[in-house]
Amino acid sequence: MSLRKQKRIMSRAIGLAALVLSAAAIGTTASAEDAKTQYFPLATFRVGAYASSGIPVWAGEIDYFRYINEVEGGINGIKLVWDECETNWEVEKGVECYERVKAGKNGSPVPIFLPHGDPISKALTEKSVADKIPLVTIAYGRTEAIDGRVFPYSFPVVFSFWSEASSAVNFIAEKVGGKDKLKGLKIATVYHDSPYGKETQVPLAHLAKTYGFEDIQIPVPHPGNEQSAQWAKIRQLKPDWVFLRGWGVMTPVAIKTAAKVGFPVDHIVGGIWSGSEEDVRPAGAVAKGYLAITPFPAGANFEIHQKLKKYILDKGLSDLKDPKSFGSVYYNSGVDEAIVAVEAIRTAQAHFGVRPINGEEAQWGLEHLDLSEKRLAEIGATGLQQPLKLSAKDHEGGGAGKVLQWDGEKWNVVSNGWVKSDRDLLLPLIYERAAAYAKEKGITPRDATN
Amino acid sequence: MSAIGTDAIEGFSATRDTARVTRDRLRVGSAVLLLAALVGIPLVANDYWLNAVLIPFLIMSLTALGLNLLMGYAGQASLGTGGFMSVGAYATYNLLLRLPELPLPVSLLLGGVISGLVGIVAGLPSLRIKGFYLVASTLATQFLLEWLFNQYGWFSNYSTSSSISAPRLAIFGHDLSSPTGRYFLTLATVVVVTVVATRLVRSQTGRTWMAIRDMDTAAAVIGVPVSAGKLKAFFVSSLVIGIAGALWAFAYLGTVDARSFNLDRSFQVMFAIIIGGMGSISGNYLGAAFMILLPILLDHVGGGLFGGAIDPGQLENLQKALFGALIVWFLIKEPRGLAALLSRAWTQLAARLGR
Repeated sequence: MSLRKQKRIMSRAIGLAALVLSAAAIGTTASAEDAKTQYFPLATFRVGAYASSGIPVWAGEIDYFRYINEVEGGINGIKLVWDECETNWEVEKGVECYERVKAGKNGSPVPIFLPHGDPISKALTEKSVADKIPLVTIAYGRTEAIDGRVFPYSFPVVFSFWSEASSAVNFIAEKVGGKDKLKGLKIATVYHDSPYGKETQVPLAHLAKTYGFEDIQIPVPHPGNEQSAQWAKIRQLKPDWVFLRGWGVMTPVAIKTAAKVGFPVDHIVGGIWSGSEEDVRPAGAVAKGYLAITPFPAGANFEIHQKLKKYILDKGLSDLKDPKSFGSVYYNSGVDEAIVAVEAIRTAQAHFGVRPINGEEAQWGLEHLDLSEKRLAEIGATGLQQPLKLSAKDHEGGGAGKVLQWDGEKWNVVSNGWVKSDRDLLLPLIYERAAAYAKEKGITPRDATN
Repeated sequence: MSAIGTDAIEGFSATRDTARVTRDRLRVGSAVLLLAALVGIPLVANDYWLNAVLIPFLIMSLTALGLNLLMGYAGQASLGTGGFMSVGAYATYNLLLRLPELPLPVSLLLGGVISGLVGIVAGLPSLRIKGFYLVASTLATQFLLEWLFNQYGWFSNYSTSSSISAPRLAIFGHDLSSPTGRYFLTLATVVVVTVVATRLVRSQTGRTWMAIRDMDTAAAVIGVPVSAGKLKAFFVSSLVIGIAGALWAFAYLGTVDARSFNLDRSFQVMFAIIIGGMGSISGNYLGAAFMILLPILLDHVGGGLFGGAIDPGQLENLQKALFGALIVWFLIKEPRGLAALLSRAWTQLAARLGR
């Protein structure tokens, strides 16, 4: 081979490398033009194992965003634009999506990222701090992140797993006639044997000690499509109540197996992720009477639903594939999430000016979010969303759930309004854990007075 | 980075000899160029390229390399990859947490060694059984390890969700927690391990492994230490996979729990080496690129071409179908994997240039 040929090859190779590198650089040069719209990326899972529960969530979210754009003309005139990135509920794809969207779009920054997946939210905990983009995780995510002094950019707003457990116990107290009647009761928690499922062990042990009930923990290995052994144990131990913290197929199988061993289904209280239409329909007729605690009460009669129906659904603008899902638990969870996001942006706009908000400003907005009864009534979400007041020390805010009962057709609220959790009792424990995390990671907690 | 399987194809005629020299020169040249590009990338690439594309690609290559040593070179099929990754991750985490005075590279290596020792135990059945039966026994390892880390809080320092998250990553006081720092940590590890592995497979150990792979009875008859060879393969393979697992946890994701290393991960790595090329070092990179980069590319292309026009769910399913079709197509074109395909292309190119 001649020298000239070799040179030619080299120059070609260098050219190719330059091409690759310039392709890599494209992503960095976003247009700097002042944007008049607010970008809001959505990490979705429309395919994969959990797609059926995800699809109604995006519908609720997108319908509310469209309502804000079409009817209210945006948030104080700033319209929302969004695009989707598919995660398959997988943590690697979730991280990829986050990295893809975090720089914003056409000069409009990302105010809030909704990871939609417990493992994804955990993988993003530190990245979001570096990038100053708040993660809002409603009814999932790290419980310790309630302490915003240690986790400035994680917001497990509304209802953490600890609050879920405590509210479920308080609902049982409501049923048996007061917290003093809990003494001597046996409450068995049948849980998905995963980090998510085990999250409630610590608070339940603490509550059992406080109120004097017996705390029984029964794990179900993933995916949970065979539970004879667990329910045989239930039959033997004869608990008064069962708290069911399932995921996916585990919930309907649990309900069916409970019916088989003769455990009364109206003494089973499902957790947040065991309380949707998709969880009870597959169980069939035996699910009638089943209870579930949720921060997303089902129903299509809330005021906001009338507006959504009039302006979005009836005009064919809805993202909903199956109109029957309108007002379902998952659809309403999407609406709830969208309301929190929009109100946080609105709060930030009131402070920083009416323009697209970036992550750092949205973090301020979230920490100063005050969804009072009055504001909820203006939105039309009274009864759908609980009053919420966040601060740097409290990234949860609400901590209450409603208990629904399945009547074979639909969910009905059976609790006395919102069942509050014993946050005063649990918060010190949560702060303790956050402090331990801070110590392990060498984080100096923020001053909470700002 | 050179393909081992093709070293056997050596011609005697003068032309083929020059072709071989040219081919080798081309290879070395391209490897150097690639390395230079990889080192230079952080100058131009943004966080997205580092965090979401290059770091996972490099770590997946490393994992594939680990499995390839066991499966491609020593012929012992294993589905325990995810489990060994989790051992490496949890072991390194505990070393960093409980012995903070150890420097990061030492913790990383020790985490790998612990994973290697677990690998030896998991490899014991290979002395008596092989093929599909061995796959089943490594499957048991996979499930056992996943259960272990979920069940016992000690491994995750009693975190509420049994997840582990990296303590501060630093070497000699130099902070590595930025995307560039994590990228260089990964790149350096991958380069070192690749060089060592390349030497290893060309050494006596490597030849022992290949003898066992090709026919273990014959190998035993001619005096190759079969049992020791198999266990050594399990040790080295699990060591490399363990290091990759620790990087996956701390350099890539930041926070993980045992679910990140489930059976799906084991399958993904196995597919990567089948597509890339069994018994080849460069095949690991090609296979990892196929498994990690191609879906991302498809997603970008799909979103760019049809975004908004087609329902996002449908588009996602189309991409999956296309990805599957591409796997089938590549395996039909070259059942020995992308490494063989590329090596053939190199040989042809070199022959044309050398003439």
